[in-house]
Amino acid sequence: MKKILLASAATAIMAGAVSAEDIKMGVILGFTGPIESLTPDMAAGAELAMSEVSASGKLLGGTTITPVRKDSTCVDAAAATAAAEELIAEGVKGIFGADCSGVTGAILSNVAVPNGMVMVSPSATSPGLSTVEDNGLFFRTAPSDARQGVVMADLLKEQGVTSVAVTYINSDYGKGLADSFQAAFEAIGGSVTISAAHDVGKGDYSAEVAALAAAGGERLVVAGYVDQGGGDIVRASLDAGAFELFHFPDGMIGDALPATFGAEIDGSFGQAPGSDNPGYQTFVDLAGSAFNGQGTYAAESYDGAALMLLAMQAAGSTDPNVYKDFIEGVANAPGEPIMPGELGKALEILASGGDVDLIGATGVELVNGGEAAGSYRVVTFEGGEMKTAGYR
Amino acid sequence: MDFLNALVMLTNFVIIPASVYGAQLALGALAITLIYSILRFSNFAHGDSMAFGTVVTIGVTALFQSWGLHLGPLPTALIALPFGVIATALLMIGTDIAVYRFYRVKRAAPIVFVMASMGVMFVMNGVVRFLAGTKDISFDDGVRFVIKAAEFKKWSGLDQPLALRSTSLITLVVAVAVVAWLFWFLGKTRTGKSMRAFSDNEDLALLSGIAPNRVVMVTWAIVALLTTTAGVLYGLDKAYSPFTYFQLLLPTFAAAIVGGLGSPLGAIAGGFVVAFSEVVVTYVWKQVAAYLLPAALEPTSLMQIMSTEYKVAVSFAILVVVLLFKPTGLFKGQSV
Repeated sequence: MKKILLASAATAIMAGAVSAEDIKMGVILGFTGPIESLTPDMAAGAELAMSEVSASGKLLGGTTITPVRKDSTCVDAAAATAAAEELIAEGVKGIFGADCSGVTGAILSNVAVPNGMVMVSPSATSPGLSTVEDNGLFFRTAPSDARQGVVMADLLKEQGVTSVAVTYINSDYGKGLADSFQAAFEAIGGSVTISAAHDVGKGDYSAEVAALAAAGGERLVVAGYVDQGGGDIVRASLDAGAFELFHFPDGMIGDALPATFGAEIDGSFGQAPGSDNPGYQTFVDLAGSAFNGQGTYAAESYDGAALMLLAMQAAGSTDPNVYKDFIEGVANAPGEPIMPGELGKALEILASGGDVDLIGATGVELVNGGEAAGSYRVVTFEGGEMKTAGYR
Repeated sequence: MDFLNALVMLTNFVIIPASVYGAQLALGALAITLIYSILRFSNFAHGDSMAFGTVVTIGVTALFQSWGLHLGPLPTALIALPFGVIATALLMIGTDIAVYRFYRVKRAAPIVFVMASMGVMFVMNGVVRFLAGTKDISFDDGVRFVIKAAEFKKWSGLDQPLALRSTSLITLVVAVAVVAWLFWFLGKTRTGKSMRAFSDNEDLALLSGIAPNRVVMVTWAIVALLTTTAGVLYGLDKAYSPFTYFQLLLPTFAAAIVGGLGSPLGAIAGGFVVAFSEVVVTYVWKQVAAYLLPAALEPTSLMQIMSTEYKVAVSFAILVVVLLFKPTGLFKGQSV
């Protein structure tokens, strides 16, 4: 406690001393809760971009950034809102976060919008966040599951599939993905014979498979998790001869899938977020041994924080209501492509009136009012192994 | 041809899965009904005793596998099953001596027993997780299929596949054998008759010289046989997981009450009623109707009464309907 007091006193003095050229940025992630194992790498990724910019000394004539960490808890909207209000009270110039879709929505509508604060989430994927009233303040460097639904629908259509049955895990993720897929697939002339939920942790899925089989379809789309529920549905479908070909969204894609089913799912397809973007490896090397650059959403975090800082430079202001309009500009073409580790160069180009296009660690492109277009790795199953069939 | 297709489809997706599930429920419901009629309380620790017996069987199975012992095409668990039954019987008799005997001597009200069994449930729940963890365990090492879906299609030339898994067949055969033995035991043997006498009227049974502790011990041993067999069959057919077994408590009780608590025949019927309603109510009848009806009458909707996520609600609904209109159950059991 004493140390914390001393440290905060020291920070206060330092902040006072350099107040003219030091800004605070909130980093609000679930440091406790269901994804507490992922958040340290995410925070480190964001803070890497901040320290890179501070060290370059080129942001608005030498402005430095101090990150302020707060706990979003991932699940408790009230706690997350209170934490975000503390950030506002501390005078942050932008909020990096939050992580989980639920708390992100709560902070956005309760804190960010009323206070005119920019928010960039690296990991909230719920399609619901695309339509929320955000006054142009909310961005995310992770693609919405609505996007995955479209990618999946196009993929099936190209393979000549016209009707599918859909089963999804009974959660926000499964329901959101199943709905967005159905809308996208029907819009391009496909038909969904049945869209049925399944629960995880049941011993018996014969009733679910019976209903799916009777409704029929050329493929079964399994929007679930490979370890629970989704895998059991595939098992039961194969056993009963209900379906032979499947389509797997991201929750099912993992090494466990070919390991469990081997050659039984040959000819099936799937997709999961992933890119062949060269910046990714650069970012992982940059993280080095300081943190795990390959950690889930760590790359998205680096890009998210970098976008906010580059937008400040482009706007010539740290005022969220001014720089929010510049975020899409620095993320998308045209402009000089910027790789991880080149933020200093980007700041220089922006200062001299040029334009940049942040490629970053994930090849970020913002569409649809500020969310990552997202790139997906298409996989196929041949000879009992999972193979990458391309990127889109 | 269309008629055959419809028949095969129903067999594959409704009749086989529901019969297998029904047989598993029936064994569990028999155990519930035995405890209810002889020891006079509803045993909440039922799902966890199933899990305990299964876990012991899994352990012994692993041991046998490491010795290279196996049953050829049949799963090794079948030879490990007797050891699971013995371990469960010892645990249950131990529990009876440690917990239930105290209340039985005091002639405590049934609700006190139920609450005590709930405590036992939580303890067993922990013991089982301590022994085998919380993850799913699959321990079927036999031949997987009797009839393979693809091969049946090729052989019959029908549009619809038919699959029969070995574990489904084993479940039905073992369940029939156990039930037949139980009925013979209760009807023909001296011990079985004394159990029935104890169930009908405890005081008169005591008066006629029946040793109560012996009846109680035999009852627990039979309950151990039924629960462990049900648990192992369920685990072979699906997979073992402690939470799933815990959740089986509700459909098993529904089966016992629907059939009539205290009636062995009712418990079996109840198991199948619950299993078949869960599948039939959530089934999509469109394709079957399309096969059977003339083309003009072909349905455009899915013809599904209830979507599958409400499957669990079916056993609740049956329970409520039976308690409202026929509290003694289908086979004149005791009213609850």
